[in-house]
Order: sequence, then C-alpha cells, then structure tokens
Amino acid sequence: MSKQTIIELRGIAKHYMMGSEGFYALDGIDLDIYLNDYMAVVGSSGSGKSTLMNLLGCLDLPTAGEYKLKGTDVATLDETSLAGIRNREIGFIFQNFNLLPRATALQNVMQPLIYRGIALVERKQRAQDALAMVGLQDRMTHVPNQLSGGQRQRVAIARALVTEPAILLADEPTGNLDSSTTIEIMALFDQLHRDGQTLIVVTHEQEIAERCHRVITLKDGHLMSDQVNNVSVKQSSSEVSAHV
Amino acid sequence: MSNLKFKVMEGTRSAAHSIFAHGFRSFLTTLGIIIGVASVIAVVSVVQGFSANITQQFDGMGTNVINVESYTPRKERLQGVRAKLTYDDYLEIKYRVPGVSNVTPTVRMWGSNAVITYRGQSSSSMIVGTASTYQKLNTVYPERGRFFNLSDDKSRRRVAVLGPSIMSKLDIKGDPIGQHVAVSGEWFKVIGIAEKRGKLFGFDQDDFILLPFSTTRALLGGAEEPDITISLQIDEPSQLEQVKQHIKNLLRRNHKLSKGADDDFEIATADQMLDTFDAIIGSTTLVLGGIVGISLLVGGIGIMNIMLVSVTERTREIGIQKALGATRFDILLQFLIEAVFLCLLGGLIGLILGFGAGSLISNLTGLPSATVPVWAIVLSFGFSAGIGLIFGIIPAAKAANLDPIDALRYE
Repeated sequence: MSKQTIIELRGIAKHYMMGSEGFYALDGIDLDIYLNDYMAVVGSSGSGKSTLMNLLGCLDLPTAGEYKLKGTDVATLDETSLAGIRNREIGFIFQNFNLLPRATALQNVMQPLIYRGIALVERKQRAQDALAMVGLQDRMTHVPNQLSGGQRQRVAIARALVTEPAILLADEPTGNLDSSTTIEIMALFDQLHRDGQTLIVVTHEQEIAERCHRVITLKDGHLMSDQVNNVSVKQSSSEVSAHV
Repeated sequence: MSNLKFKVMEGTRSAAHSIFAHGFRSFLTTLGIIIGVASVIAVVSVVQGFSANITQQFDGMGTNVINVESYTPRKERLQGVRAKLTYDDYLEIKYRVPGVSNVTPTVRMWGSNAVITYRGQSSSSMIVGTASTYQKLNTVYPERGRFFNLSDDKSRRRVAVLGPSIMSKLDIKGDPIGQHVAVSGEWFKVIGIAEKRGKLFGFDQDDFILLPFSTTRALLGGAEEPDITISLQIDEPSQLEQVKQHIKNLLRRNHKLSKGADDDFEIATADQMLDTFDAIIGSTTLVLGGIVGISLLVGGIGIMNIMLVSVTERTREIGIQKALGATRFDILLQFLIEAVFLCLLGGLIGLILGFGAGSLISNLTGLPSATVPVWAIVLSFGFSAGIGLIFGIIPAAKAANLDPIDALRYE
C-alpha cells in the first residue's frame, strides 16, 4: 500500500514523577498514522490515551523517542514553533468543548485565525464558511451558553476545521452528549473522513471505536493492538443508537 | 514589524472586549489610577492657574519697583531687639538717592486700636497709612471719588480711601463719599472707594482702608516711632544694582552698622519676589507630585492584584488559546495590553475628573481659574501607561508561562 504517512512515532516514551516515584505514562510506542486515517484510540483510564493525545497535539513533548509530523521532528522544536504547529496542523476537539465563554460562535471560530495573522475580513469569511459546513449558519452570534451541547461541539469542530489542519484530534468528543447528538457528531466525522480529513478519536466507548476504520488499544503505556475495523462505515445510525 | 502591529491591534481589540465585559470590575480596578491622576491634575491645574495669575500681577507691577523693609535676624529677635525703618530713612532715600521716584512710606496699624467703626458696626480691616504716590506704585484706582493727594498728606487731613469690602462689612448705605468712619476713635471722611480686586487664596484683597501717612503717624502717637516700609520706583531699570547699593550704603550709615554686622533691612524687587514665589510653587508641586506618585503606585498594585486574579480566573481560556496556536508572546501581549489599556482609561477618566475638581476648587475658594498645562496631560498618560506596563508584566508573564495541558484541565 502506498499510503502517505503524516505521523511517525518511534520509541515514544513519557515519564512522569509522582512524588519520589517515577512512572512511564507511555513506553516505547511505535506508530504510523496515514493520510485520511480514521483512527480510534481506546484503552482503560490510566492507559496513556490522554498522554498520547497531548503528545500528538504538540501540547507536550516526549521524554524519549522520535515524533515526526509531516516529516518535521517535533521534539526539536521550541515553544513558539510548537504553537505554530498547533495552529496550522492540529485541530482539537474536546470532551467539554472548550469554547471561549464570552465570545460568540463566530468569534470562537475566528480565534485560531488571529494567531495565523489573517485580517478581520478574511477571518470572518472563513469562519462563516466553517460554521455553515457544520450547519450552524443561523447561530453565529450566539454565545456558548445559548447553544445546546451538540451545537457547542459543532462550533468546536468548525473552529478545529477552519485552519484546515493536517489532523483532527478529538478527545472523547461525545462524552458530554446524549445519544442522538452523539450520532449527529459521528455522522459529521464520517463525512469529514469521506472528504479526506485525517481523524484521531480518543474514546472509551466501544460503539464509537467500531465506527472508526482503525483501532489502536493502549494498556499501561504500551500499544497492545492495532487493527483495521471490519465494521462497515455505512452502518445505519439506528444500529449505533441501539448500542449507546 | 507589521506582524507586531497586527498583534497589538488584535490584542487591543481583545482587551477592550474583556474590559467592557466586566465594566464595573474594571472601573474598581482602575479606581486607584483614576484617583491618582485626578489629584495630579486637580493640584497642578489649581497651582498653575494661581501661578499664572500671580505672574500676571507682578508683570503689572513692573520690575522697576523696589520694596525696602526692616529685617531682624532670628537671634536678635529672641533677645527682644527689633530692627526698624524710620521716617528719617524715608527722607534720606527720597532726597539723597538719585534716579528714583515715587518714594512712598507705608505704615500699618496693628492690634487693638486697629478697628474701624461706623454707626455701631465695627471691622478689623487692614489699616494702611501711606502717601499719595502709593497709588502709582500699587495701581490702586478709585472707582468713585478720588485718591488723597499731596496736600491731604501735608496738612494731615482726616480723609480715607476704602476698599470695596469694607462697605458691606460696615453696612454703609447710600453714597459713601462724604460720610465719616472712625479709626481708632478718630473720625475720617471717606473721599474714595477703590476698584474691586477679588480674593487671592481666600484672602480678601479689598478689605483695607488707606489713610494719609502723616495722619496715621499722628494717630499712632508719639510714644514710639513706627516701623515703616519704603517703596520706590527706579527711573532707569538698568540702574537697579547701583540704586540698590546706594540705598544699602545709606541705610547702613544711618543705622550706624559696623563693618561686619548684617543688614537690618531687606531690599526686594518684584523680580526677586517672583523668583521666590516660583521657587515655592516649584517645591510645592514637587512635594504634591511625590504624594500623588505614591498614590499611583498603590493604584498600580491594585491593577496587578486584579490582573493576577483575572489570569487565574481565565486559566482555562488561556489553555484553549494556547491549544489553538497562541504563542507565549501572544498571551503576554494580550494581558499587557489589557493592563495598559485599563490604566490609560483610568488616566483619561482621572484627567476629566481632576480638571473638574480643579475648576470647582478655584470657583469655591476664589482662586484664579484652573489651567491644565500640556505637560501635565502628557505626564499623566505616560505615567498611567508606565504603571500598566510595570504592574501588568507579572500577571502577563504568569499567563504566558502557563502550561497548556494544566491550563486546559483547570476547573
């Protein structure tokens, strides 16, 4: 297969000190992530999911190992360059949405473009396009607490997509949503995947993981399995809702 | 550079958003700065207005007027010795010093006999005995009636020129000219009313009565010769130093001062008085400036305190911004601009309030109208911005150095 590699992890380890004792949150992870991958990261709590997520999102640096993002060795970068990578290459989606509470939906989506130095007029246009893509063209001037959970998560997705990132990192994206909204959001992810987006979804829900094309399982900081899902993506939404 | 401009612009936008979102808190935060700047401007505007007015008055007086007064050094004053200028000194100067004119003796009445009465009303006003030339040196013009002349003085006529305030104090009704007032039990005929001058530092400049010098001397009685002030005009301003030296030599000889002894008199020109006045104003401004500087410092600490609270409160937002690609510098700039913006806003409000307060003080106390010099405005704003920068840097650095993972997890 001649798939284009976006992320290359080699011998990644993350060591933490807890009081006087140290432990490895991640230990010797080797992983390749390809263009248009639709990958789930599963594992019990404490397995290292979040740590992997933070490393992939360039919020943190590994203690050892090599992380190449589109060929760039991230471990050698300084704080400012890392911020630049987060801005250009990574789109974050969080469990609790993490929208700026005092800013409108539109302002929230415009926010990452400020750090890229894009002027107001173009910023607005691109943010409006992104919000329209997630079906929120009528909610642009609402602040987060005037929106439902599903709408908030869509704003967050629009914010993640507006910079056209190389990978979309979703950390328990449906954890705070009810079942029908979960289906909506996952349908949106499916759509993004079909459009060619690379997605990484951290989840502990089996139903969500099954929806993805590739599932990696972590346990105690080790990569336990890396398998391609047989489950059809065209599985009907009613089936998913029955599981949830 | 254009990148920085963009960042500053965006930072300002976000700062304005955040400041006006918490309007009341922002106001309280910057209250220290508001009060600090308001007091600077109030004080400076009053002092400057006062100073401008004084300078104008001195200019009107001219720099060619000299005042000679007796002066007793402190040590001798403690021994009960009092220096004195006498009528003889006046005559010596008048007839022996060349190049001077309008030499005027002035004597003031003090104490229990310095009371003016009129139909049962009494007033203790300033009682000045002086010659007709006083009018020219002090630019006192009668609004009604006339000033006394040479013959009034020579024949010791009992005539008086009143300051306009006396009229109301003694409750004089109708035309005052030709009526009589009693000074120290003797009757004086009112021949003129002086023009109104107004108040200076709450001191009424119109509360006086002028009497002929010789009449006043007689009134004071012969027990002891009074201490007088001698004022004169120099015909040629370039001769000032020579004239001063001449007067000095003459008085020293007259007072029989030995060679090493200090002068027992002072010769002051209007210029010197102006210089002294300027020095007083300058040091007053400096002292007040110091006090106000401390209040601005306290205001700055208030700003820092609230900014630190605000950073903690917005920890999560900062985490989000960092996840979205904000650099340390972006966050630093954002909070720094917010602090400076807040201070400048406080400075602006303070400026307006201060000028208002200054004008109010001037109106209430009868001081000349307040003026705010440009340097005070520039200084206030510069200082406010500086306070914002200095006290904003710690909170801003704290925000910028937050770890994005910890910040995102912050509840």
